[in-house]
Amino acid sequence: MFRKPENARMYWKQFMLQCNDIGIGSLGIICIISVFIGAVSTLQTAYQLVSPIIPKSTIAQIVRDTVILEFAPTLSCIVLCGVVGSKIASELGNMRVSEQIDALEIMGINTKGYLVLPKILAGLVTIPLLIMLAMILGIWGGRLAGTAAGIIDPTIFDTGLKMAFKPYNVYFALIKSVVFAFIITAIPAFYGYTVKGGALEIGHSSTRAVVVSCVLLLLADYVLSALLL
Amino acid sequence: MIELKDLKKSFDDKAVLKGVSIVMSDGKCNLIIGSSGSGKTVLMKCMVGLLKPTSGNVLYDGADFVNLNDKEQKAIREKIGMLFQGGALFDSQTVEQNVMFPLDMFTTDKYAKKRDRVKQVLDRVQLKEDAYKKFPSEISGGMQKRVALARAIVLNPKYLFCDEPNSGLDPQTSMVIDKLIHEITQEYDMTTIVNTHDMNSVMEIGDHIIYMHQGEKEWEGNNKEIILSENEKLNQFIFASEFLRDAKAMRTIQETGRIPESVQGGIKDAMEEKFNMDIDKDGHIGAPPKGNVPPKE
Ligand SMILES: Nc1ncnc2c1ncn2[C@@H]1O[C@H](COP(=O)(O)OP(=O)(O)OP(=O)(O)O)[C@@H](O)[C@H]1O
Ligand SMILES: [Mg+2]
Repeated sequence: MFRKPENARMYWKQFMLQCNDIGIGSLGIICIISVFIGAVSTLQTAYQLVSPIIPKSTIAQIVRDTVILEFAPTLSCIVLCGVVGSKIASELGNMRVSEQIDALEIMGINTKGYLVLPKILAGLVTIPLLIMLAMILGIWGGRLAGTAAGIIDPTIFDTGLKMAFKPYNVYFALIKSVVFAFIITAIPAFYGYTVKGGALEIGHSSTRAVVVSCVLLLLADYVLSALLL
Repeated sequence: MIELKDLKKSFDDKAVLKGVSIVMSDGKCNLIIGSSGSGKTVLMKCMVGLLKPTSGNVLYDGADFVNLNDKEQKAIREKIGMLFQGGALFDSQTVEQNVMFPLDMFTTDKYAKKRDRVKQVLDRVQLKEDAYKKFPSEISGGMQKRVALARAIVLNPKYLFCDEPNSGLDPQTSMVIDKLIHEITQEYDMTTIVNTHDMNSVMEIGDHIIYMHQGEKEWEGNNKEIILSENEKLNQFIFASEFLRDAKAMRTIQETGRIPESVQGGIKDAMEEKFNMDIDKDGHIGAPPKGNVPPKE
């Protein structure tokens, strides 16, 4: 029987599987929260901007910038910390505790490379895409809510969207989402991979992974904003 | 050939293995027995490289596994199959995918060829085809063990390690697994190392038995010698079971013609009564129990 060191196709398969798990798996929740966040921020901005001097289109501008700069990347990623992070930590924790990782190790497979790396890479690829989607859906949700509540006319909203638009904001958000993606996948992977004990410890470690990655994410958000804005 | 030389392993300050030296018999079932906590699992994990020994050597055909580089370790690992205590099947994959996994990873064979090989080994462990598409959580513990065994042997390993292959199984299923391991060992000419505290397997498949006591090798021999051994600690371990105590007594009576001192109380009386009829002048029993051998004229 011919043996090849390790099969690159298996790694690719694993990567695609993780992209599916992380990307497609969180699509629903990201859609829901981003539409609502956009809607709520339109209503709240309109509520706060009562001065007749400020044109209505400013609402669109503010919604656009808050959604792009903060709400889409940071809020979505905090949700992803819970959704993706706990899944990664408990999956790897379960594999560790039930000796599946040892079984792979015995076969001569580099388990960090086979189990952890594809998760991080899949996160780095899919999470920024999810964030871009969240931006679009957030703004759309804002437009929808503004129109539905009769606060702002869609055409005025659209002109507002185009006013003083800085593409840099989008780059900034994407840079943030890449950093967040790393935190969301790598921290839980570490906690899960190094679990010792049984089912109880898997639970503990996945909770800890979510908490730690959330805090780190907010810290990174602050540092990046201070550095790049 | 696997050889352990003065293997020691401590966790923090706790010495678990205190200098173990063993030469495993090639092409045979090597059984490591001992009570819970005697260090069997740690010993096995040191052998396959899941734990790094504190000192000592694990030699595979003379090459010291502990000090090899990654690439050389990998070459040895490719000759190792291991059956874990809990089966360690990948729960996101079906039975068939589980067994095919090593083939996917390490061969460039076409799908049809891999599927044939999978069927071959699953047949070997007597798993029916309707189980192929099931997930590990959907099959019984005994079946999981068999699938795990199939996965361990699918790449034709030279060395097979089994950590408590029949823990959590009923005696009959245990026996089936034991026999499978024994037969497969002979068929594929593997060197098999089995951790167990099941005395049934010891008697059934113990070509070479190593008794571990508190991190040390206390006794070594085969399944014929073990029952007659005079080693006190070993006797305490194996004759914890009444049944085996009686078995040993019968054996001793047959071999020496005397009722051993370990037999006490009611059983002793019953035996004396049974053998009383024909005790010669030296106190030896003339004939074994009725029914086995026709009584002397
Ligand atoms: N990772 C570890 N860290 C610290 N101590 C350990 C570790 N693994 C095992 N031990 C200790 O080593 C001793 C031997 O454990 P081991 O699992 O080898 O026993 P065993 O003979 O396999 O028992 P059993 O029959 O119950 O499986 C135990 O006292 C255990 O506490
Ligand atoms: Mg054990």
